[in-house]
Amino acid sequence: MVLAWIERDAQGSPTAAAGEVLATARDLGGELGAEVTAVALGEPGDLPDDLAKQGVAHLVLLQHELLADAPPATVGEALAGLVAARGPAAVLAAATPESTEAMAWASAALGVPLATACTEIRPGEPWEVTRERAGGILLEDAVLDAPVRLATLTGGARTTGETAPAPEVAVDVVVPDLDPTLPRARLVEHRARSTGMTLATAPVVVSGGRGVGSAEGYAVLEELAGLLGGAVGCSRVATNNGWRPHADQVGLTGTRISPDLYVACGISGATQHWVGCMSARSILAVNTDPEAAMMRRATWAVVGDVHEVLPAVVAEIRRRAGP
Amino acid sequence: MSAFPDRAQVVVIGAGIVGNAVVHHLARLGWRDVLLVDKGPLPDPGGSTGHASNFVFPVDHSREITLLTGDSSRQYAELDTLTTCGGIEVARTEERVQELHRRMSSARAWGIDAELISPAEVAEKVPFLDPSVVLAGFWTPSVAVVDPLRAGELMRERATAAGALTVSALTEVLAIVTEGGRVTRVRTDRGDVETEYVVVACGVWSPRIAALAGATIPLTPAVHQMIDVGPIAELAETGREIAFPIIRDMDPLMYERQSGPDLEIGSYAHRPILCDPDDIPSIAAAALSPTQLPFTPDDFDPQMEAALELFGGILDRPDAGIRHAINGLLSLTPDGHPLLGETEVRGLWSAAAVWIKEGPGVGRLIAEWMTCGAPEIDPHASDVARFAPHERTRAHVRARAAEGFNKTYGIIHPREQWSSDRGARRSPFFPREEALGAEFFEVAGWERPQWYRSNEPLVAELGVEDRPHEWDARWWSPITSAEHLAMRRAVAMIDLSAFSQFAVHGPGALAYLQHLCVAQMDRPVGRVIYTPVLGPDGGFRTDLTVVRLGDDAFRVITGASDGARDLAWFRRHLPADGSVALEDVTSAVCTLGLWGPRARDVLAAITDDDVTDAAFPFATARTVHVGSIPVLALRLSYVGELGWELHTATEHGLRLWDAVAAAGAPHGIVPAGIGVYGTTARIEKGYRLMGHELDAEHGPVEAGLALPRIKEADFVGKAAYTKAREGEPEATLCTLRLDGTTRFPQGGEPILTPDGARITDRRGRPSYVTSAGTAPSLGTHLMLAYLPPWHAVEGTGLLVEYLGERYPVTVARAGRTPLFDPDDTRMRG
Amino acid sequence: MPTTMDVLVCIKRVPAVGAEIALTADATAIDTRHLGFTIGPHEECAVEEAVRLAERTGGRAGVLTVGPPATEEQLRYALSMGADHAVRVDAPVADPEPEVTAAAIAGALGELPPYDLVLFGEASADAGHAQVGFRVACALRRPVVGGVKGIEVGDGRVSLRREAGGGVEVHDAPLPAVAAVLEGLNLPRYPTIKGRLRAKKAPVRVLAGPAATSGLRTRRLRHRPEARAETVLLGQGAGAAPAVVDVLAELGVVR
Repeated sequence: MVLAWIERDAQGSPTAAAGEVLATARDLGGELGAEVTAVALGEPGDLPDDLAKQGVAHLVLLQHELLADAPPATVGEALAGLVAARGPAAVLAAATPESTEAMAWASAALGVPLATACTEIRPGEPWEVTRERAGGILLEDAVLDAPVRLATLTGGARTTGETAPAPEVAVDVVVPDLDPTLPRARLVEHRARSTGMTLATAPVVVSGGRGVGSAEGYAVLEELAGLLGGAVGCSRVATNNGWRPHADQVGLTGTRISPDLYVACGISGATQHWVGCMSARSILAVNTDPEAAMMRRATWAVVGDVHEVLPAVVAEIRRRAGP
Repeated sequence: MSAFPDRAQVVVIGAGIVGNAVVHHLARLGWRDVLLVDKGPLPDPGGSTGHASNFVFPVDHSREITLLTGDSSRQYAELDTLTTCGGIEVARTEERVQELHRRMSSARAWGIDAELISPAEVAEKVPFLDPSVVLAGFWTPSVAVVDPLRAGELMRERATAAGALTVSALTEVLAIVTEGGRVTRVRTDRGDVETEYVVVACGVWSPRIAALAGATIPLTPAVHQMIDVGPIAELAETGREIAFPIIRDMDPLMYERQSGPDLEIGSYAHRPILCDPDDIPSIAAAALSPTQLPFTPDDFDPQMEAALELFGGILDRPDAGIRHAINGLLSLTPDGHPLLGETEVRGLWSAAAVWIKEGPGVGRLIAEWMTCGAPEIDPHASDVARFAPHERTRAHVRARAAEGFNKTYGIIHPREQWSSDRGARRSPFFPREEALGAEFFEVAGWERPQWYRSNEPLVAELGVEDRPHEWDARWWSPITSAEHLAMRRAVAMIDLSAFSQFAVHGPGALAYLQHLCVAQMDRPVGRVIYTPVLGPDGGFRTDLTVVRLGDDAFRVITGASDGARDLAWFRRHLPADGSVALEDVTSAVCTLGLWGPRARDVLAAITDDDVTDAAFPFATARTVHVGSIPVLALRLSYVGELGWELHTATEHGLRLWDAVAAAGAPHGIVPAGIGVYGTTARIEKGYRLMGHELDAEHGPVEAGLALPRIKEADFVGKAAYTKAREGEPEATLCTLRLDGTTRFPQGGEPILTPDGARITDRRGRPSYVTSAGTAPSLGTHLMLAYLPPWHAVEGTGLLVEYLGERYPVTVARAGRTPLFDPDDTRMRG
Repeated sequence: MPTTMDVLVCIKRVPAVGAEIALTADATAIDTRHLGFTIGPHEECAVEEAVRLAERTGGRAGVLTVGPPATEEQLRYALSMGADHAVRVDAPVADPEPEVTAAAIAGALGELPPYDLVLFGEASADAGHAQVGFRVACALRRPVVGGVKGIEVGDGRVSLRREAGGGVEVHDAPLPAVAAVLEGLNLPRYPTIKGRLRAKKAPVRVLAGPAATSGLRTRRLRHRPEARAETVLLGQGAGAAPAVVDVLAELGVVR
């Protein structure tokens, strides 16, 4: 058996990342000759139908009052119990923060290792995984030697391909045996963020680093982002200098983004930043140093000072837009 | 960027401050098709220029370095890349206060405005400094901060505007091709360039690049730690990069300077941290830049303590954080001087181991040297050719660099000896000398007895007085004066095996030496000839003893410290037709000097050959036999006594020593050290010494070494020499007496007028002490100095400034006539 | 006024890499010959937060790492930021497997005086296993919250803010608790000179590590294949603007 932990969105459907987990679990199940069981929280809703389309015929729904609001540590405790009871060969989950936290607790409770941020899983004697390190700029081939193999999968590791739908999905509701004496964190407040474009979702991000020079220097980046329908980002240098809030930071320890276009202004492209933007579909870099790492990795490059190039670009856009 | 050329007149490798200055000055002097390449990007290719602290303190004890620094400052200022902020070297100890007085003397000697100030005055200029830990300050108003990256850009722009320069950044040099010992081609990752000249201006990478051509540039990259602490309100509110004088806190070997809102603290106090040029990371792999290595905090902690003592008022604040900290790389050499000039590969020039404060001046110097054959500033102490083979090795460079690093802000006595990698070269007499308790001083790796403790009893016997002041007596012994008196009384034996000796022979030998030497070389076989050797501008290149051994065979003998430089000069001038063979026989020959009134008695006792004056007159050379040992005996003297230099094969050395010692015993022979040979006896006789009195700034006329006639044959420097003889000299080398004091100047001190004014000649050259030494037979202390004609008058009273005090001196001799035995009767006896 | 808070921050020595990361010849680790070492940005924030909490409540701020003696450099860095005591749990390597690290920390917490709050960075900057905090919490049976960007202390409780589910969540946990924090929690201070000098002299308590092993073992590291076309240079300075706008138009982000 391969367990696939399914995160659900507000409508109760599997998230995109969960879809990728299912696809990997299905491939793995095929290789092992084992069935795939999806595991999720809450009520069935449309989930069985969604799973059937994915060719998954088994669903375990964990239900417990302590699982309301899906606290990751408690989810992990419940998963550990399920694993102990069912004895799967592997448990897969998405490498999102919440699922990783749940899997971390589960693996600790089970006394087994957890391979996070995997891009590949290769069963064998022993099993091997490939996982991302240093934010994904490096890959690590590792042995995963355990009675049950726990792994989280990075987004983009696999696309959900066509598959034969399952005729029927067997739904099994399980009430986990959660420790009533265990001290727990409790969600006491949830504020939805104001809707609108976020750094993570913007199709265009105009981002500035050391070369912008000051907090005031970002005005022209904001202007360009406005014209392009995008958001403003920054590098860690800018955050550390107090030019921009940390929420704007793109990078390993900031936000990792994958816009259609990333405009990198005066950003040298240190590893810590690069891993935050390397998934962008295209990159336009502006820098005085033609040999800056970002310039070499960009799709398009302009050699020059941010404060000469950007105002000219803004002016050119306005000129073409006409009066 | 224009296309990468396939030919260039010269390829300059390295676009730091030095390379940029070299191309600028080459273009200015008319070079065209100059190609500047660098592996890194512009304007900051990642070398030391990009992270240096960029301040310029103009005063150095070395005149050569002071001149280079002064020229550089003028160039930075002319490019509008210099901000004058002033600087103060502060003393925390009495010994340092004395050193600051010595700095004052150097400042006065080189004509740089400076002043010793009180702690209160220091605090007035730098209000956040705690004056209670300071004893005195050496204030130099012209200390400045420069922008070498901007200066480099402007220099490239000028050379480009002149149509002389092609710049190729991001270009890696892969090979330097040589043919017949000459550079012919540079291979880069952008293509091959044919060229006859390559300048290696690659800073810490220079050894690696030179090695591509088979040449050596003996330097090692070494760490210099720096941190930035801030923000500090008092600095930030100035709104300027630098608004306060730079402090050099000399005793803890560190400096503090404002850098915008931060205080930058740098150190030369930590343990030497050397690295290999091959271990410097690439631009991509380095976290900051290749020459900014990860900071090692443990090494810097004592500096933080010291900084808190001086600047606690602004550094001990919760918001003043350590915002930047690096182990910056700089270049260290075995003797601390730059590495300039043509390397052992023809056409391959070194412009390495240069500080920011010397960069533009070095650029000009190298360009002039390449263009005219000699630069305006004498590069004697910086000549890359100055090292003996063992001094070019990695082991020696690292040993001396490690020892020298902490001397960067140290108090260096003029006679101070190195302690690392000693004993590399020993004469065959060494075991005897060691047994006699020789105190060894080193020159070019040679261990030479400076004096012998076995002669200690002579001090009392001959009534020699010790020097009462520790600084005067450091690296000195009254035994030297005792050995001197014993030599003048009877006879002494002196180990001169460190001499560099070249065998010159072949059908072209005479013409070759005629071309290089001022004196007539076409003398009878057996003549000993003293000759100046000049550069093309008529200044001293070296001075030599030449012995004509046969029609086509000569022996050239020169001092140990100039041996390597002279060998390079002689090699460079060898005719291409193969008619002259030049062989360095230094290691094959050992030399024992035998001088004093009884020298002939001693020599006669050990040889059957006739050594009477009639048979063996002055200034001749003959082979004599000491038992079964053939000895080339040269009748000449540098100490003013009757006697000989006895040269024999190295393996015969001990036998010769023992024979002389045994035969000399009844005559009262003593072994005497170089203290006698190089200082006391020499200065009594007014003999000139290369690197002291003799330099490229002065010619034979001014040095009093002009010969009676100008020979017919052409020679290097003849035109300038001929011209110099025609008029009055602008300066005359004089001997000055210092009487009535117990202080003993040691060289480098300024000579002042009776009212304390600095003395310069009409060419602006200052009067300073070129050599100083006690004259035991004259009962005084003597100094040599060039004086302009209006002071070069015997009997004139002047002043010498030494360690903050001024002492009256008298011009005892203008010109070369010795004070001791002026008619040379003793050595002709 | 909250109760006195004793906080422990668990930190990891990681290489401070440049734009390109070189690997050792056997490809099992980053080649650190030319590199310095640091702690990750998440952990810097954790140290800063611990120091502030301790300052505010009159408590103690400790730092702990697992590794060989060289890792004390990072402990001293944290001390120079204001942490007041340091613990090293001895281990032969600075990059142990997460199970080993967690066992070492959990074991150490059994020996050390009690802490109200144990902080971790969300993930280390090099290996990025992102699990040690939760493992330690599980072993110690303590409440744990990850992704924390705000900490407020109440009487016997802590309130932890995190960004999740497209918004902001606040979790409440009884003390003692565990949290894994993110950069952005605060703006960490630079060490002061006094702090550094204090840190240099401060003792580091060394505890023996457990003889733990893990089934997750690194075989080798490699670079992610970068399949990017050559960069197209659009021009220099302001003169490049028309070419830039042509590209933007082609992408459809401007008309």
